[in-house]
Amino acid sequence: MARVVVEVMPKPEILDPQGQAVAKALPRLGFTGIGEVRQGKRFELDVDDSVDDAALHRIAEEFLANTVIEEFTVRRVGS
Amino acid sequence: MRIGVITFPGSLDDGDVVRAVRRCEAEAVPLWHGDAELHGVDAVVVPGGFSYGDYLRCGAIARFAPVMGPVLEAAAGGMPVLGICNGFQILCEAGLLPGALTRNAGLHYVCRDQWLRVENTRTAWSTRYEPGAEILVPIKHGEGNYQADKETIAALEAENRIVFRYIEENPNGSRADIAGICSANGRVLGLMPHPEHAIDPLTGPSDDGLGMFYSALDSLVKVTNE
Repeated sequence: MARVVVEVMPKPEILDPQGQAVAKALPRLGFTGIGEVRQGKRFELDVDDSVDDAALHRIAEEFLANTVIEEFTVRRVGS
Repeated sequence: MRIGVITFPGSLDDGDVVRAVRRCEAEAVPLWHGDAELHGVDAVVVPGGFSYGDYLRCGAIARFAPVMGPVLEAAAGGMPVLGICNGFQILCEAGLLPGALTRNAGLHYVCRDQWLRVENTRTAWSTRYEPGAEILVPIKHGEGNYQADKETIAALEAENRIVFRYIEENPNGSRADIAGICSANGRVLGLMPHPEHAIDPLTGPSDDGLGMFYSALDSLVKVTNE
């Protein structure tokens, strides 16, 4: 078994109103000096050794991310 | 005429779509998300709601429901398919329509009656409207902000595939004020507003939504007669 992390983020050109809302709330909490915030998703998958990188890429590209609006990274972080 | 109405776990507006179809004196055929076939229907409506709890992304899991295989096949063969709200999101996730629906620009869930302009009256779902007609239909969604890359928006404009546009005010930040778009052949239509909630002035703001269902029936009669 290995642990795989897939991170999905909105594409830079796509408006991220959730990230903006977080950015706007920070000064109200007394945190300053923080510019843009963008919000994404992180998936952690426990996968059998038989699952190759190509399959992981397909899982991310075809299901976990919507590549019309999001980009993703896939990495193995050890077992 | 038999119009199928799909129910997914979390669908909400399937009942109102069934009512709208019956109001047009067509036969409404309930379809279940687990169905492996379409039971001989002539058209399909994918209704609104929160299929599979909107988990992952709106429509992302519904797209893989067993019933969607036959829907994709039928759409490829020219069957009229209408996706309303969550149904529009599902059709985009399934690749039947381009682009994606993202969180409303203002982050608020919007629930109100909305004026739309009918921009294309040649699709299977819009022939009953006058060109440029303005119709009043309810909207209720948190993720109706239509997004696609510049090339896709330009192609939709050039091919006259933006069927409905928000007028007076854009409620969600949609590119080009897009409320609804159609496939290249005009048979598949997706829109965020809810025509099934505008079929009777007693219960909705107008009966402007009926035109979509009557249009589909007209297109089916035409096909049958040819």
